[in-house]
Amino acid sequence: MTMTHAVFTPFALLGRLTLGVFAALGGPVLFAGQGLKAAFTPRWYLTELMKQLVRVGYLSLPVVGLTALFTGAALALNIYTGGARFNAERFVPDIVALGITRELGPVIASLMLAGRVSAAMAAEIGAMRATEQIDAMRTLSVDPFRYLVAPRLLAAVITLPILVAIADILGIYGGYLVSTRTLGFDGPIYIKNTWNFLTNWDVISGLIKAAVFGFLIALMGCYHGYKARGGAQGVGLAATLAVVTAAILIFAANYVLTTLFSGAG
Amino acid sequence: MGATLELKHLRKAFGRKVVLDDVNLDVKPGQSLVIIGGSGTGKSVSLKCAIGLMTPTSGQVLVDGTDLHAADKETRDELQSSFGMLFQGGALFDSLRIWENVGFRLIYANNMKRKQAREAAIEALGRVGMGEDVADLYPNELSGGMQKRVSLARAIVAKPKILFFDEPTTGLDPIMADVIDKLIVEQVKDLGAAAISITHDMVSARKIADEVAMLYEGKIIWRGPVDKLDDPGNDYVDQFVHGKSEGPIKIAAKV
Repeated sequence: MTMTHAVFTPFALLGRLTLGVFAALGGPVLFAGQGLKAAFTPRWYLTELMKQLVRVGYLSLPVVGLTALFTGAALALNIYTGGARFNAERFVPDIVALGITRELGPVIASLMLAGRVSAAMAAEIGAMRATEQIDAMRTLSVDPFRYLVAPRLLAAVITLPILVAIADILGIYGGYLVSTRTLGFDGPIYIKNTWNFLTNWDVISGLIKAAVFGFLIALMGCYHGYKARGGAQGVGLAATLAVVTAAILIFAANYVLTTLFSGAG
Repeated sequence: MGATLELKHLRKAFGRKVVLDDVNLDVKPGQSLVIIGGSGTGKSVSLKCAIGLMTPTSGQVLVDGTDLHAADKETRDELQSSFGMLFQGGALFDSLRIWENVGFRLIYANNMKRKQAREAAIEALGRVGMGEDVADLYPNELSGGMQKRVSLARAIVAKPKILFFDEPTTGLDPIMADVIDKLIVEQVKDLGAAAISITHDMVSARKIADEVAMLYEGKIIWRGPVDKLDDPGNDYVDQFVHGKSEGPIKIAAKV
């Protein structure tokens, strides 16, 4: 009896683990499917979409702009010090531009949004769940996926690339400011170097990343809010889970996309 | 006019825990049925299955003979559009104004123009004794009792055929509870709707019920007209109705 038990325990554990992984993945994947279906088929609630565009996009501008500016500035300093070790200081404009557009612009803007937007979505939808507002919506013949989830997904996918484009410009500007004010670069030449060096693909690949990250941010916010259970504590947990999972997914997706893009560009 | 609602052999289990065990009930148009029972006896679950927020493990929910849970999406949407529900906490959308809450179904499900929806919402607010002055407020600017009234207005705005009330008087002072009870009776009669309520407030149950059914351990153990409540011929009902701690119903210290 104990013998068979000992033999089968690893298999049972493996089975339980597999089921657990599928359950953890299956929930968000099914949710995403339902969300996408609602986002791409009528009917659309345009006033809700507008509200979310303002919240996710417009109101995130200061946060995204400031982080990009400081990141670009710090990046320029680091590249200058590092480059100085083998007389490569003149590459500052090129590497700042490349680093910001391909990597730091999308990732840093998205991480800020994961904190700002994912948490807010999870808390709001979670509170609506806790106070039966989502059930009430269903009894009023309105699909919460259309009214709540689809506008948030769409707003994030639309605004993230715009925010990242702005972050790109401000990040490069941050590098430009430090380089010309403290590192002795000539302004017009710095800009000319940046412009000649950057390719369209550097920028576009970053914007594609941004759209994917935007989807993940809104998806995690909505999913954890929708599945929130049990009052204030549940809402708090939903907000935490939303931010943490969104951030991890952003890093993971960033690696996958960078791998794909390095083949393409 | 109202519709007939029937629950047939309704069973609901969460894993191994059986919450509803062969529940059979029916409500006819113009009739008000109140389900009583202690906490955790399956009252909420039976209501949620009946309105379609939860899928029963087995059994049927029939609306004028059509099975809600077996119907295709279109039929189901159509059936559900004739339901109205008053939630325990009101469940008003706190980001929307009072009139937008009341007119929510009209604007977002029935595609009504906002101006007309506002008029219809104000008319519905009038039916629960509230004036136009509250229309542009937000839910958190109203007291709990007022929020419940708004929620009732939202439930009746599209003239439903079946009304569901989840603990309509919980958390209200006795006077406001009486106001809500009277409004419920009035609206059910006016609309000719079938009404099904769950409550453990016996004062409220006596006021709004034509018939009372008692749910105990997932089964309907008694059903009868409201005037038989004091002489039900069933020890369980007698104990519950008169709120005695001694009797066949034992309260477990641990759930």
